[in-house]
Amino acid sequence: MNILFLFPLIPLLMMLGLWVSRSTRQIHAVMVAGSSLLLLLAVVLVFRFLALREAGETAAMLFTASHMWYAPLNIHFAVGVDGISVAMLLLSAIIVFTGTFASWQLKNDVKEYFLWFCLLSVGVFGFFISVDLFTMFLFYEVALIPMYLLIGVWGSGRKEYSAMKLTLMLMGGSAFLLIGILGIYFGAGARTMNILEIAVLHNIPLAEQRIWFPLVFIGFGVLGALFPFHTWSPDGHASAPTAVSMLHAGVLMKLGGYGCFRVAMFLLPDAAHELSWIFIVLTTISVVYGALSACVQTDLKYINAYSSVSHCGLVLFALLMMNETAATGAVLQMLSHGLMTALFFALIGMIYGRTHTRDIRQLSGLMKIMPFLAVGYVIAGLANLGLPGLSGFVAEMTIFNGAFMHADTFHRVVTIIACTSIVITAVYILRVVGRILYGTCTNPEHLKLSDASWDERFSVICLIVAVAGMGLAPLWVSDLVRGGVGTVITQLMN
Amino acid sequence: MEYTILILLLPFVSFLVLGLAGMKLRPVAAGVIGTAVVAVVAAVSYCTAFEYFFVAGRDAAGLYPTLIPWNGVWLPISATLHIDLGILLDPISVMMLVVISTVSLMVHIYSFGYMKGERGFQRYYAFLSLFTMSMMGLVVATNIFQMYLFWELVGVSSYLLIGFYYTKKEAIAASKKAFIVTRFADLGFLVGILFYGYYAGTFSFTPDAKLLVAAGGMIPLALGLMFIGGAGKSAMFPLHIWLPDAMEGPTPVSALIHAATMVVAGVYLVARMFPLFVGYAPEVLHGTAYIGAFTALYAAVVACVQSDIKRVLAFSTISQIGFMIVSLGVCTSTDPHAGGLGYMASMFHLFTHALFKALLFLGAGAIIHAVHSNEMSAMGGLRRYMPLTHATFLVACLAIAGIWPLSGFFSKDEILTACFAFSPVMGWVMTAIAGLTAFYMFRLYYNIFWGRENRELHAAHTPHEAPWTMTLPLLILAAATLVAGWIPFGRGISSNGEAYTIHIDGSVAAVSLCVAVAGIALATWMYAREKQPVADRLAETFSGLHRAAYHRFYIDEVYQFITHRVIFACISTPIAWFDRHVVDGVMNLLATATHGAAYAVREMQSGSVQRYCIWMLCGALGLTILVLIIC
Repeated sequence: MNILFLFPLIPLLMMLGLWVSRSTRQIHAVMVAGSSLLLLLAVVLVFRFLALREAGETAAMLFTASHMWYAPLNIHFAVGVDGISVAMLLLSAIIVFTGTFASWQLKNDVKEYFLWFCLLSVGVFGFFISVDLFTMFLFYEVALIPMYLLIGVWGSGRKEYSAMKLTLMLMGGSAFLLIGILGIYFGAGARTMNILEIAVLHNIPLAEQRIWFPLVFIGFGVLGALFPFHTWSPDGHASAPTAVSMLHAGVLMKLGGYGCFRVAMFLLPDAAHELSWIFIVLTTISVVYGALSACVQTDLKYINAYSSVSHCGLVLFALLMMNETAATGAVLQMLSHGLMTALFFALIGMIYGRTHTRDIRQLSGLMKIMPFLAVGYVIAGLANLGLPGLSGFVAEMTIFNGAFMHADTFHRVVTIIACTSIVITAVYILRVVGRILYGTCTNPEHLKLSDASWDERFSVICLIVAVAGMGLAPLWVSDLVRGGVGTVITQLMN
Repeated sequence: MEYTILILLLPFVSFLVLGLAGMKLRPVAAGVIGTAVVAVVAAVSYCTAFEYFFVAGRDAAGLYPTLIPWNGVWLPISATLHIDLGILLDPISVMMLVVISTVSLMVHIYSFGYMKGERGFQRYYAFLSLFTMSMMGLVVATNIFQMYLFWELVGVSSYLLIGFYYTKKEAIAASKKAFIVTRFADLGFLVGILFYGYYAGTFSFTPDAKLLVAAGGMIPLALGLMFIGGAGKSAMFPLHIWLPDAMEGPTPVSALIHAATMVVAGVYLVARMFPLFVGYAPEVLHGTAYIGAFTALYAAVVACVQSDIKRVLAFSTISQIGFMIVSLGVCTSTDPHAGGLGYMASMFHLFTHALFKALLFLGAGAIIHAVHSNEMSAMGGLRRYMPLTHATFLVACLAIAGIWPLSGFFSKDEILTACFAFSPVMGWVMTAIAGLTAFYMFRLYYNIFWGRENRELHAAHTPHEAPWTMTLPLLILAAATLVAGWIPFGRGISSNGEAYTIHIDGSVAAVSLCVAVAGIALATWMYAREKQPVADRLAETFSGLHRAAYHRFYIDEVYQFITHRVIFACISTPIAWFDRHVVDGVMNLLATATHGAAYAVREMQSGSVQRYCIWMLCGALGLTILVLIIC
């Protein structure tokens, strides 16, 4: 059996296991066993993938398999992975694994919570292994629906409003997307949904591409927090429970960038060239606008939501630079942002769980009270502002170098504008660190609080190790990604 | 010389060990680990220097070779560009290894006494290890990107150490300011590197000359942008504002990072790129000289009126770095005999300055340790209580004032000679600033050790000499300051690598000595005695100027205004409002409109048959009209 089928299958089996579980203990056992298995599987996949590449396997996608699903429309359940999807699968597995531990303290409706959590994972894993437009879209939708319930039921604050807003905006995006996908399907006219086959044909007329490209790009872009379709993000993140924020910012937002690259740019390359400038302008705005907005927020989750707008904006920005270096940087940024934002949201969730506030004006001097969480927060912050040795630096430097390979004034100007985000990021990160961690604690209630428990420590340490690992030794992951990016870039260059 | 890798690895390991095991270790154990590691690093550095200069020696062409014992790709960028990590040994990097490891070792030993009983002693040593590793990585960088990488790391170590007393408001603000101001400058550095990488086709320091010529005006642009980064780290006007505030950190940290090593990174950067500056961007190089000269003057003037001894030293550091930048900036060729003297002079001054400025800061630390205050008003007459500190501090003051035969005289003399060779105006301006230096340093010296004594305070708490862990480094550094000037520096380091014999230019030396003596004499006249009528009267007569200088000519206020009133209040807040109310407002409007429309049309489905009939008729009528129109 193809190793890739296991990725959506394991969460499905976990759901089955959860269904028959009778106690929280059993639920936890199922979750830990399943998510560890997924992580192991992802690691095995990375090694097998690298071994195959080493052995000289040059096909665009490896581990391919295809099963007919619906013959009249020629829809297949077709899977396959390249460097990008392998990296994304690894990221998702890490986040699901750490997210499980971050949800350890959850008390109400534990079983239902994890059931939806697993369904969400099914969607995410399924999306990254699909090479068929239809199944890709299907898994995309599967990932969106549980989000509504997870936020609406287990969230905090204005959770109904946020859940509804998030779901409606993303559904709106997928409406665009569906039209775009149908456009591609009929435009190519070959009765195939297989991405690779459509790409080889490369026969969609430019006039049609001009219509479908914006639809698909915006459709996925909504999820990738493209300005001005990002407003679901602050509310959504603020209301979501910890592990859902982690999974959402860490993985789900990556679906957007991945889709933009794999579908919009790969299948509609001519329109991508022609219309890229519009989206470059929008993403540049995202980068700076998100960072500047984050500077004046007072809710920890809002700060990170806007910071995500900025960082995910950089992902799309880099993709639109349409060269190998920038695109590699974009995928590295997806990985890096996924890990460090998950870390951030995990820590915020833990701080919130103790202090019951996320307002930075009410928090201070946490370094003395909960040193472990505080140090973790500083590390996450430093990764966010691109400190060398942590993951952010690697991604950002690759992106900026890639963007600088265009010598014309337009690209130069937008790149330099995007570069300013490294300063603004430092401003909002250090503002928060200075405000909530340093200083003396002013709230006597907070003095009694405890530091992280073992499950929290474990999840934080895993993420820090991943962030530092990528930052210290970026060569292998960069090579892995670069190999995958090549196919799409070649298509764009033709 | 593969063993040089230890210089980077050992502090990194010690950082990890101290950082992870940190609080579980006993404070003394942490200190011993940190210090032992730095001692080994210092030994390895001396070994490297000895082997490089004396064993390996010059190559066939009579030059010291550039050795790269380690280099490997860390992150590939494109087919031709890649970020490498490695170790590059050439005269200036080897010199820097010696300087950094020496000062770092002294500071490590000194901190045993100074930081005794501080909460977070282990954390302190962990950060010192991190800093030592990063600074070493910066100077041995084999390419500009590696330099940038470690540049950021020294920035963050500096941030962590300035904010060491993290419960103190001023320390938090100062650390934030230091990081953000230098980050802002680093933006220039980064963009400069990007330009350089694109046009030179490499990040290495020895690009293809053909590409550089073809790039035309882009190389000067790249180098100019890089200099902005250097100006930020080296506290050149107007990016100097973070350095005086950085004195909120523990004093040994100020000695190591904010006096001797990290703040000269900008000078080192220009020296590293020197062949490119001279060859392709001489006008940019001379531009840096003017910036350096203005900074030196500005900082010297401000230093004359500060009352916090660490701030005086901070401004003196800024001023002295200005000297180094000027010295590099006045170079017109790579030949030390014809316009390239400044390179050697700058490196020489960097070397001697590191020693005597570290000594000054450590001395200041001993004084602060004794009187528990940074303010001059708490001092005066301390020579009676702390003879050792007094003697070493005097040595350092004489050295920085440029009195023969102390080290500062030799390096400053070379700088002035280079300035006079560039233009008489530059020469005289810098000589005048040298005189000002002598004046404010001796104002500081007299106010601490002579002058008005705060008897009340000293009676309540008698100042005491520092413990041996603190005086030992003072003595070692003082000894080094006494003899460092006699090192035949030009033999090892010169702008084109050829051996250059330092010869003192009689006229320049005489003038600078006279000016220095005059400065000291003036300070003696004004500040040596208990009563200081001249100084008080001057401060009163020129009260406006005095106040402006005391407030550092309000540059900080300008920044405060720009960041808070302009960027935060006029850009960020409106953007955040716009996002919540306009962008999100449109989304909410869509939702409300849909909701409203649904309410409006739901009347149609009221359940009453008559209504349905009417709507059916309306529909049928409408369709008929539509068909009629179309056909």
